[in-house]
Amino acid sequence: MVKDQEYLEKKASYCLDLAKKLGATDISVNVGNSISETVNFRNKKLDESNRSDNLGIDITTFIGKKKSSISSSNLLEDNLNILIEKCIQTTKNTPEDEFNSLPDKDLLAQEVKDFNLYDDTHLENDSKAEYLTRLEAAASNDKKIVNTESSFVENKSNFILANSDGFCKGFKSSSFVASSVAVAKDAKSMERDYEYTHKCHLNDIKNAEELGKKAAEYTLRKLSPKKIGSEKISIIFDKRIAKGILSTFASAISASAISRGTSFLKDKINQKIFSDTVNIFDKPDIFKGQGSRSFDSEGVRTDTLKLVEQGVLKNYLIDTYSGRKLNLKSNGRCGGTSNLYFENGKISYKDLINSNPKCLYITETIGHGSNIVTGDYSVGATGFLIENGEFKHPINEITIAGNFKDMFQNLTLANDLEFEYSTNSPTMMIEGMVVAGK
Amino acid sequence: MSNFFDKSDLNRNEAETIVSDTLKKCDDGELYLENSKSESILLDDNKIKKSSYNSDLGFGFRAVSGEIVAYSHSNEISKNSLKQSSENLKSTLKSAKGNYDYSIPKSNKKYYTNINPIEEKTLNSKIEILNKVNEYLRKKDNNVKQVTANFSGEQKSVEIIRSGGETLTDVRPLVRFNVSVMLEKNGKKESGVYGIGGRQSYDDYLTNDNWKNVCDEAFRIASVNLDSKPAPAGEMKVVLGPGWPAILIHEAIGHGLEGDFNRKKTSAFHNLMGQKVASEGVTIIDDGTLDNRRGSLTIDDEGTPTEKTVLIENGILKNFMQDRLNARLMKTRSTGSGRRENYRHIVLPRMRNTMMLSGKQTQDEMIKSVDRGIFAVSFGGGQVDITSGKFVFNCTEAYEIINGKIGSPIKGATLIGDGPSILKEVSMVGNDMMLDPGIGTCGKAGQGVPVGVAQPSILINKMTVGGTNL
Repeated sequence: MVKDQEYLEKKASYCLDLAKKLGATDISVNVGNSISETVNFRNKKLDESNRSDNLGIDITTFIGKKKSSISSSNLLEDNLNILIEKCIQTTKNTPEDEFNSLPDKDLLAQEVKDFNLYDDTHLENDSKAEYLTRLEAAASNDKKIVNTESSFVENKSNFILANSDGFCKGFKSSSFVASSVAVAKDAKSMERDYEYTHKCHLNDIKNAEELGKKAAEYTLRKLSPKKIGSEKISIIFDKRIAKGILSTFASAISASAISRGTSFLKDKINQKIFSDTVNIFDKPDIFKGQGSRSFDSEGVRTDTLKLVEQGVLKNYLIDTYSGRKLNLKSNGRCGGTSNLYFENGKISYKDLINSNPKCLYITETIGHGSNIVTGDYSVGATGFLIENGEFKHPINEITIAGNFKDMFQNLTLANDLEFEYSTNSPTMMIEGMVVAGK
Repeated sequence: MSNFFDKSDLNRNEAETIVSDTLKKCDDGELYLENSKSESILLDDNKIKKSSYNSDLGFGFRAVSGEIVAYSHSNEISKNSLKQSSENLKSTLKSAKGNYDYSIPKSNKKYYTNINPIEEKTLNSKIEILNKVNEYLRKKDNNVKQVTANFSGEQKSVEIIRSGGETLTDVRPLVRFNVSVMLEKNGKKESGVYGIGGRQSYDDYLTNDNWKNVCDEAFRIASVNLDSKPAPAGEMKVVLGPGWPAILIHEAIGHGLEGDFNRKKTSAFHNLMGQKVASEGVTIIDDGTLDNRRGSLTIDDEGTPTEKTVLIENGILKNFMQDRLNARLMKTRSTGSGRRENYRHIVLPRMRNTMMLSGKQTQDEMIKSVDRGIFAVSFGGGQVDITSGKFVFNCTEAYEIINGKIGSPIKGATLIGDGPSILKEVSMVGNDMMLDPGIGTCGKAGQGVPVGVAQPSILINKMTVGGTNL
């Protein structure tokens, strides 16, 4: 069983008291426990079971404007005593920073809303194995599938965030994740693809057969890919890639990157950075939403933010420290976004696919090719060539490149948004990108 | 050395009994105990932004039967917790009928000393260097708009208790010093990063104001990029500089030669043992035995001493990298390549210091032979799709080559290639092999481990450059 609120609160208050006694003027403590159980299958047989029990504590102490932090997985009092003492010593020896402080008291969350993020159901490993048996049977139906791997993870976690201004709150959450990876082979090629499902509640995860079938289908359609020539072309991003572009946007509007001047979106507040039809929200109060929460990692209340309205950048993602540097109040985004999404576009998936006589449909990218300082983007990609709305053949060993400043202006969204993960996007098209191939 | 049972209600004998009892019908397995202490001190935006210290303690208990691995880990080193893990492993391996292999090779060699780098240098002297770095770079040039520098250090003590009570231990120091600088000129921003490190104390790397060299190199890369023009797009010849660009070898070839992917036949190399996979003159080794290198290990995370493993010799595929599980199933021996990020993770076969050895040609000859291509000197990260064999990496410093001469610097672009065929496209191997400065971390299955790479300059006949200039 994951540690209860009472145990975590007791540890947190022990640390607050001790740090205060040793001379800290302000203190913040986060203590958490998560337990997960994983079962992995390979080629229809049990491959691995894994039980993981993680305890952790993070303590930040302030002496005036000096700050330092420690973290540990060892919550025995002996160890905490040594670490807190060390933390206070280090704090004393660290130079002052005028922006260091706990969050403003009036911004702290007053309540923990129940977004139904915790499902108490415990699925025995034998039942996980039974789910994976059905999944793998569905994934390996086709003779060209030569290897299947699948996994079922159940996770339960709990935490308490406490600070010396009297904040002390936390909540339990759970997740159930199933994934299927298939490898297919033909005379010319070997390819791999996947599908997964991730929910807070067991009853909401996808059906095992459907998951296995999808993974196999995605893999088989990639066989015998061709390389194409280099040209300027419109690119359609599958939802699972499109949400990555949204995440890059989020890191470029973090107050930290903005205040350090290391973002291509610095000084773009209230300017039009996307095409007119684009709206971006970060909504923390979605029922069962994977990113849902009442407060951020500093305890600051988290409300819905309209980040982009009709293409205009309206808000940064602000934490206390960077906010003070920018002379802005925290909007509860320390640690990042909650449930981030593009609002649906105006046209259907089908119309998007048909909107150009020739375009590429990208299903996977590899490499770390997003530079938020310059906005340059260049990654390896695999996907399909689309001509007149039809999927012609798979492609690989190409790169796609552009600069986010132009890409955002040339972006069109379909109306097929679904809330599957904590960051979600409809299918996306970006015109005028460069593909490098032969 | 850590005493893991000091503060516990569990003593060593009891732990050994639980291990032997749990593993009696298994083929392999062990109790892995780990205590790590790490620090990070970061200067950013003219200030010491972070000074943090972490102490991490835990165990991972593994039982292996046939192809099945059961694993359980916890932070609480106690009777209760170990017994709960034992029950968990037993329930997964109810029908195990294995024969435990008690033998494990031994060696007295050590490749680094038993120091705690965090304690070897005072906090104040680390902060002093970071402040000097900031001042030095900002004075150096008016275009310097941001400086980030950090020290990170770690001491990791591990103890491996096998069935029957055999115990193996290692204490591993690791440090890294990193500088990143951003320049801005006429509204254009570019950054440059450089770092050094390995398994010694910070001062072994920072003698004679060596931190200035790190600053100069980061500054040089950023300045080159300020003058860069868009990179070309399409297939062309590529000359790679020596040292860190060997990340290409790591991504393109290294991962595909790890035992697990080959046992599962998901690597493009699985049926190529003994065959020609590279041009003549190409020899690649993976070496865990280089003194004080970031990727070196005295023993791996299963207790096997590390070694120098020849992967490709003069173009012919000779060996895969193996941990105990994959070695047993493939009827070969462990190459001391079983690694894990920490006690939270299972062991996987991983690279250590992966190196392409020197050949005979000079870098000059290579550049002169290229009509149109690029010269890639430094890289950011890379990634590979093991199954299709396609790999990428991102240039952070590169130049165009026109008619045998190095031309303008070009913007960061991704290079993409095909792992199994790329080494056949190597037409020249340089005489200038160099080790990387000690900065690599390799990711696999969500686990990061420190690695090293090395190579001479090489000429590749054909790769796709992912620029924007058609």
